[in-house]
Amino acid sequence: MVGYLVVLLLGLAAAAYWIGRTRAIASVNGDVARLHSLPGQHGMFLALFAAGPALLAIVLWSLVTPSIESSIIADRFSSELSGMGVPQVEAFIRDARAMAFGGLVGFADPTKEAAAALYKSVHATSSWIIWTVALVLSASGFYWAYSRIAQAYRARHVVERILRAFLIACSVVAILTTIGIVLSLIFESLRFFQQVPFYKFLFGTHWSPQSAFTGAGAEARAVNEDIFGMVPLFAGTLLITFIAMLVAAPIGLMAAIYLSDYASKSVRAVAKPVLEILAGIPTVVYGFFAALTVAPYFRGIGESLGLNVASESALAAGVVMGIMIIPFVSSLSDDVINAVPQSLRDGSAGLGATKSETIRKVVLPAALPGIVSAMLLAVSRAIGETMIVVMAAGLAANLTANPLEAVTTVTVQIVTLLVGDQEFDSAKTLAAFALGLVLFCITLSLNIVALRVVQKYREQYD
Amino acid sequence: MNIMTEAGVEQKLSSGTNAPSIKMKGEKVSVHYGEKRALFDVDIDVRENQVTALIGPSGCGKSTFLRCLNRMNDTIDIARVSGKITLDGEDVYDPKIDVVELRARVGMVFQKPNPFPKSIYENVAYGPRIHGLARSKAELDGIVESSLKKAGLFNEVKDRLLESGTGLSGGQQQRLCIARAIAVSPEVILMDEPCSALDPIATARVEELIDELRQNYTIVIVTHSMQQAARVSQRTAMFHLGYLVEEGATDKMFTNPDDKRTQDYITGRFG
Repeated sequence: MVGYLVVLLLGLAAAAYWIGRTRAIASVNGDVARLHSLPGQHGMFLALFAAGPALLAIVLWSLVTPSIESSIIADRFSSELSGMGVPQVEAFIRDARAMAFGGLVGFADPTKEAAAALYKSVHATSSWIIWTVALVLSASGFYWAYSRIAQAYRARHVVERILRAFLIACSVVAILTTIGIVLSLIFESLRFFQQVPFYKFLFGTHWSPQSAFTGAGAEARAVNEDIFGMVPLFAGTLLITFIAMLVAAPIGLMAAIYLSDYASKSVRAVAKPVLEILAGIPTVVYGFFAALTVAPYFRGIGESLGLNVASESALAAGVVMGIMIIPFVSSLSDDVINAVPQSLRDGSAGLGATKSETIRKVVLPAALPGIVSAMLLAVSRAIGETMIVVMAAGLAANLTANPLEAVTTVTVQIVTLLVGDQEFDSAKTLAAFALGLVLFCITLSLNIVALRVVQKYREQYD
Repeated sequence: MNIMTEAGVEQKLSSGTNAPSIKMKGEKVSVHYGEKRALFDVDIDVRENQVTALIGPSGCGKSTFLRCLNRMNDTIDIARVSGKITLDGEDVYDPKIDVVELRARVGMVFQKPNPFPKSIYENVAYGPRIHGLARSKAELDGIVESSLKKAGLFNEVKDRLLESGTGLSGGQQQRLCIARAIAVSPEVILMDEPCSALDPIATARVEELIDELRQNYTIVIVTHSMQQAARVSQRTAMFHLGYLVEEGATDKMFTNPDDKRTQDYITGRFG
C-alpha cells in the first residue's frame, strides 16, 4: 500500500524534473545561456522538492509506526494483558500482527482475533494518514519550488546543498551504526558483569560456561561465578596468534623483499597476484585444509618422534592461520618497502654496499614503521579469525603453552555460546558479549597503535 | 718485460711529464637503454687530482656516462654498456672485477641529497662499517670525524652527531652525503649535479669543498651550470645528443672552443 505511494512519488519526481526543466527554458524563451543555473539543475531542484519531503516523511513513518501501533493494541487490551510477563505480551502482539498481515501464528484465540482486527483498522488509518501527509507535502513542495523557478534563481546552489546534506546523512548512518554496535556490546556486557564479577571474568582461569547452572528447579538461575574465567581463552588466542605470526611474519616479509627488490618485472607481474589469491580463499576452506590435512600430518610427525599431538592442535590451527595471513603481511610490507625512495638504494649502492646490505641496513630500517604496522594489522586479523580455529583447534579451554595440545579461542567460544540459543539473558549467553567487548578493545587498540606508528614515522623521508 | 699495457705506457708517459696521470679512461663507451641508444662511442680521460666537468643540454648523456664509471647503470635492467672503461688500467667491466669494490673506489654523490634516515654519525659510518675499514670504535670515530671535517660539516654538527641526518638543511645534507662518500676513502668521486637542489650560498660552500677535495681525490662532476663548470673544473667535456662534442682544458673550452656547438652552448645560444 505504502509501496505504491513510494513508486508514485518517484514517478512524480521524474515528471517534476521535466516540468522544472521546461519551465526554466521557457522562462528565458529558450536562451539557456541567460539562466543562472542549467535547466537540468532547475529540474533537479523541482524534483527534490516535489518528492524529497514526502519520502522523508514516509521513512520516518515506517520507523515509528510499528511501535505506535503496538502500543495502541497493548493499551486497548491492557486488561487482558495485565497478568502477563514481558515475553508473553510480546508474543501476543506478534501473533496479533501475524494474524492481521499474514505470517506464522503461534496459536489463535478470540482475544487475539479481536486484537488482529483492531490492528488492521489502526494500520489502515495510519496508512491513510501517511498517504494524505505525503501527497500534501509533495504538492506544496512542488508548488513552492515551481513558483521559484526563474531566470536568476540559483537552483544550482540549492541542489548542491541538498546533495551535501544527503552525503552527510549517509556517513552519519555509518558512524551511528558503529556507535550502536559498540554501545550494545557495552550494555550487554554490563548485564553480564552484574551476574559475574568483573575480576572473576578477567582473571579467572577456569572456563566452562556450558555448566553454568549449579542447581535445578528453584536454584536453576543461580550462577556459578567461577567458571567464567577468560584467561584460558585469551591464552589460547595468543598462542595461536603467536604461532600464526611466527609463520606469517618471516615468510610474508621475505616474500615482500623478494617481490620489491629482487624479482624482475615479469616475475613480479605474475607472483604478486598469485600471492594475493591466497587472500581470496574463504577461511572455511583454510579450516578444512587445517583439520583434514595439516592436523593429521602434524600428528603423524609427532607420533614418529614419540610426541603426543592432539588431533586438534594449536599448532595446526596456528600454522594454517599463518598461511592465511601471509598475503596480508606481504602485500602491506611490499607497499611500504616500495615506498622507500630509490635514491636511498642508489646512495647505498654508490658506497659499495651489496643488495642485501642495502636492504638490511637502509631499506628495512627506513620501512620499519610501516612493516611494524603491517604486522600489527595482521595480528588483529589473526585474533579475530574464527573459522580455522573452530575446525582445527577444538573447543577445549585448556590453559597451556604447549602448541601440541588442543586450545580454544575467544571467537570460537563466542560462536559456541550463541549457537542454538535464542534467549540472551542468561550469564552464559551474556558472556559472549563480554568476550566480544574485550576482543573489540584489543583489536581496536592494536589498530590505533598501528595507525599511530605509521603516522608518526611517515614523514621521515619525502 | 717489453710488453706493457696501454694504460701502463700512458701512465709511464704522463708521469714523465708534468701533466697529471690518467686515473680513469673511457674508450668507445656506448650505452643502450633497451632499443634506444643513449651514448655513442665516447672517449674521455679523467686525470688524477683534477676536476673534470661534464656539461651539455638535458638528455645529452652526461649523467649516463657518469653512471658508467662506477657501474651504477647495472641497477637499471634494460641498460647495456659497451666499450671499455678503465680505472688505473683495469677494465671496470671485466667479469673478474668486484662491482662492490669498484664502487668503494669510485664513490658517488647524487643530484638530490639522499641521507639515510639514520643519525649523522651512522650516515658517515655506514660505508666504513660495510667495508670493515675500522678495527675499533675509536678508529671508526676517527674516520667519521675526519670525513665530516673534510666535507666542511664537522663544526656545524659536532654537537648533534646522534641526531637524524634528514633533519639537516639541504646544503648540509649534501655535504653529509659527500662526507659519507669520503668515509670509504675512494680514489674517484662522481658528482651528479650535486648543487642543483641547493640555494646559491649552499652551492658556494659545496663548490669550495670540491676545490679542496681535489688535493686528495679525482673528481668528475656533471653540471648544468656553465659558471659552475668554469669555476670548479680543470677539464671540461661537452656532450650533445649522446655524442662527445669536445673535451679539453676548461680555460680553453670557455674561451676558445674548437667546436661551434660548444661555443653556442656556452654562450647560451641553445640548451
